[in-house]
Amino acid sequence: MHAEVAFGALKDAGLGIEDVDGYFCAGDAPGFGGISMAEYLGLRNLRHIDSTETGGSSYVLHVGHAAEAIAAGKCSVALITLAGAPRAAGLRVLGGGGGRGRGWGDTPEVSFEGPYGPNVLGYYALAARRHMYEFGTTSEQLAWIRVAASKHASHNPYALLRDPVTIEDVLNSPMVADPLHRLDSCVITDGGGAVIVVSPEVARDLERKSVKILGHGEGVKHTNNGRIDLTYTAGVISGKEAFAEAEVTPSDIDYASIYDSFTITVLIQIEDLGFCEKGKGGAFVSDGALESPHGALPFNTDGGGLCNNHPNNRGGMTKVIEAVRQLRGEANAPVQVPDCQLALAHGTGGTIGARHGSATVILGQPDA
Amino acid sequence: MPNLPVFAPSPTPESKPFWDATGQGKILLPRCNDCGTVIWYPRTTCPDCMSSDVGWFEASGRGTIYSFAVVRRAGGPWRDALPYVLAYVELEEGPRVLTNIIDGIDLEVGQSVVAVFHDTGEGNALVRFRTA
Repeated sequence: MHAEVAFGALKDAGLGIEDVDGYFCAGDAPGFGGISMAEYLGLRNLRHIDSTETGGSSYVLHVGHAAEAIAAGKCSVALITLAGAPRAAGLRVLGGGGGRGRGWGDTPEVSFEGPYGPNVLGYYALAARRHMYEFGTTSEQLAWIRVAASKHASHNPYALLRDPVTIEDVLNSPMVADPLHRLDSCVITDGGGAVIVVSPEVARDLERKSVKILGHGEGVKHTNNGRIDLTYTAGVISGKEAFAEAEVTPSDIDYASIYDSFTITVLIQIEDLGFCEKGKGGAFVSDGALESPHGALPFNTDGGGLCNNHPNNRGGMTKVIEAVRQLRGEANAPVQVPDCQLALAHGTGGTIGARHGSATVILGQPDA
Repeated sequence: MPNLPVFAPSPTPESKPFWDATGQGKILLPRCNDCGTVIWYPRTTCPDCMSSDVGWFEASGRGTIYSFAVVRRAGGPWRDALPYVLAYVELEEGPRVLTNIIDGIDLEVGQSVVAVFHDTGEGNALVRFRTA
């Protein structure tokens, strides 16, 4: 699958395997990561590899790292890939287990967390509960996020869940981890994606329209010596960095891809990125504000991880791809943002309930 | 509520004093002797001031619920324990620890809880909590 998406992206860009001199992958790449993948893909001209792993946000971060590497002269055509098939492998509940050391290796925290059954649903529910407690956020406000995503997915013939849902549908769906409902959760899908980042010189010679990377930021947040604050993410750091580098503000953004493992993930990140004040996310996302093209902040117009696709439980790649589609004017017609000039893609990998890495990129038109 | 699975921890040289104490129904916490920070999870160095002078003291076993989730979908051995409560409990001494609340799902943030010890059969115990 890595090869399918890699070759698809290269063909779309009008490039060949021999042009690739930088390769970026994350934890979904088997074996020795970049080395194993280079062999499988037939990459023979690599002079730069990076397998930074920040979970689902890795591919957003890789776009930033690729831009850095290109600016430093370390490569000129960077390939980033993601692929995996958890659904085919039978996974139906995100992080279904828990228990000693399950999949955590020898991490120092494992014995202090694993035995208490912290699956992904539980971790995100902890964040949701605390946000509700501190700011009065409601399940109905969270449901607005799913409603917007489902409307967008209804225009995407490839989406896993294409039926629009109502607030009541979300609130009446079974609880998976109170206060989160089944419809507050993303889908589990097989799939992948690839992105090519090239130098301005290479881009100039390509027939395919490219978009420009205007800003990038990344950040890490963890349990902070037992003083975890569940109300924010490392998006506070990555967003600030990306906006500063791009020299734009949240109100300038025409379209935003926001990581949506759960509805609460979207809400907290929207606050962290500065689209509204901390604690006001519930009000911000209500009443169709996230719906494209007419909402205040059109988001995840492919239907996102909530309804469309969350390949290999890692949503960062699709976030970048949909932002590029919007800037190229190639999003599904009913949800294309008119005259989309500035797009943001943001990811969070790991869990907001404990430790994670966030990454933000701000993209613009080629002449931006 | 059904009984929760009891998985034995994997004590390391850093965490052994903590786990040994749980076998006697006590919570020992590490504290930096230089800056006074109570450290969680146990480490032999202080992540606040880089000191290596870290000692142990006995905690009260009392705390409050910082946040909780009622988990209703899970796999493996947890499936038979559903629904179970995953929580962060803020100990009186400061740290917020991941744990379970064992005596009900009708809980509130801020509620007082006390520690209980679930014997693993390996000379130590998991530290869970019940409402006070």
